[in-house]
Amino acid sequence: MSRIDVLKTYKIFIGGKFPRTESGRFSRLKNKNGDLVANICLSSRKDFRNAVVSARNTQKGWENITALNKGQILYRIAEMLEGRKLQFIKELMMTGSSKYQARSEVEQSIDRLIYYAGWSDKFHQIFSSVNPVASNHFNFSIPQAMGVVSVIAPNEFSLLGLVSVVAPVIVGGNSCIVLSSEENPMVSISFAEVLNTSDVPHGVVNILTGKRKELISHFASHKDVNSIIYCGDNNEEIKEIEKVSVENLKRVEIYKRKNWDNKTSQSPYFIEQFQEIKTTWHPTEA
Amino acid sequence: MLNFPDLSKTPKIDTVGVREIVNRFCKRSIKTSAKVHGLHLALSMIDLTTLEGKDTPRKVIQLCYKAQYLHNSMLNLPDVAAVCVYPTLVGVAKKELIGSGINVASVATAFPSGQSTLEVKLNDTKFAVDQGADEVDMVISRGNFLAGEYNFVFDEIAAIKEACGKAHLKVILETGELDTLDNVRKASDIAMYAGADFIKTSTGKISPAATMPVTYVMLRAIKDYYKKTGIKIGMKPAGGISTAKQSLQYLVMLKETLGDRWMNKDLFRFGASRLVNDILMQLEKQESGIYQSLDYFSKD
Repeated sequence: MSRIDVLKTYKIFIGGKFPRTESGRFSRLKNKNGDLVANICLSSRKDFRNAVVSARNTQKGWENITALNKGQILYRIAEMLEGRKLQFIKELMMTGSSKYQARSEVEQSIDRLIYYAGWSDKFHQIFSSVNPVASNHFNFSIPQAMGVVSVIAPNEFSLLGLVSVVAPVIVGGNSCIVLSSEENPMVSISFAEVLNTSDVPHGVVNILTGKRKELISHFASHKDVNSIIYCGDNNEEIKEIEKVSVENLKRVEIYKRKNWDNKTSQSPYFIEQFQEIKTTWHPTEA
Repeated sequence: MLNFPDLSKTPKIDTVGVREIVNRFCKRSIKTSAKVHGLHLALSMIDLTTLEGKDTPRKVIQLCYKAQYLHNSMLNLPDVAAVCVYPTLVGVAKKELIGSGINVASVATAFPSGQSTLEVKLNDTKFAVDQGADEVDMVISRGNFLAGEYNFVFDEIAAIKEACGKAHLKVILETGELDTLDNVRKASDIAMYAGADFIKTSTGKISPAATMPVTYVMLRAIKDYYKKTGIKIGMKPAGGISTAKQSLQYLVMLKETLGDRWMNKDLFRFGASRLVNDILMQLEKQESGIYQSLDYFSKD
């Protein structure tokens, strides 16, 4: 008798756990031949709410970890991803990438993590300054994490795109809630497994799968979220996000770019976008 | 006049059964208008509490302000039931709350350990009452209780009750130190027969504090006592109840165990401090449809 393969249940990732969606709903993910590949959770606003709670609870602790240690943890994610390269290539190919494309996407994802791991203890120096003032003060400005960031990850490059937006957010000491690519949510959940074995504190990255249409307004309106990233070029969605983000003056970043496999899609300025600058006046002797 | 309860007739508690029942209380779906109503009720039952070594008059003044103006941008909010402080700060709270209809509750009897002589405890109680406390939260001597000196515990509660005068007496069993639900039931009976107006789970200084199984056992004890004597005793779970959802679950349990007559602040209280803001956030969410942040609610 032939053995029956054990298929993986793709669940969502909240606070370091893999729960099923609270809504109990799912969608069928099919490959280009129309065969069922996996059942994917359709997350609800309550899943998002729970994710924000865990992101908020963990954020200060994550921010206070030393820059060196944060870099090490990002490097660790890259190491873990390297070890599971074949799995990711296979999953990308299931939903339409060629073998060459899939391999290249996974490798670039790993390299991107290494890139941001390196910036961990260096971006502060680049973005901080000592300011000349007309009084007896030592005046300096330093970047600090914004807090909780919600992320609508790119539809294209379901792995590389997600890594490219999440890595600069977390290396800056923020925590985030990510809505993964609607087209291929599978790899995002496998990536969550990588995060979970890389010493990333629980709740720093939370990953939901589901429909943009249902979730975007909640991602943008939640008052305990400090900033939102939207990747895409749907003007209706952009308008909606900008409108409801006003509620608590969220910083809104819209990335219309689709070239996530290009070197221009990595830069320390992606880290800076999710930092607040704090300026301190320190009295000095005359 | 007071009768010591016949502890040989105290029912034995089926711990597994209690957990099963409590689980069922947690599965009710309470939405929209029922939720808002429930949350308003929960707010009105809260004893806003600060019991820290670092408490100062200013902190208490701030807390009293919070008690009267929970969240100014929301209309029709009820006031909390009481502000609960240490005896030395009762005077401050009393002055701040004049005319507000909010009671001042004070812990007493060498709170939280209760390790002191009866004389000190009585003086502690009298001092709190003289300062104007409307309600006194006493702790029982858990050491004596666990050693089986039930008469000692009974007499002590009765003596404190007498010292309270007109003030209501809440008796804290500190269930986190009583180990078994059987002990909780026994201690509840002793406290009620000795003259408690309320029985209360915990000081909030010991973990676990209030849990639903413990509260359920105490509610059942209250029910039995009511059936026997016709006297309604109040219940106050305290410590560890920090979310609006939990508070609704407790209210479900209360309604389905003791019924509507207990669904008011004269017979049920929550001892909590963080709970208030979570309820306010839920109410605001219900009104605006937008999830809220603690940044927009006053801390004390």
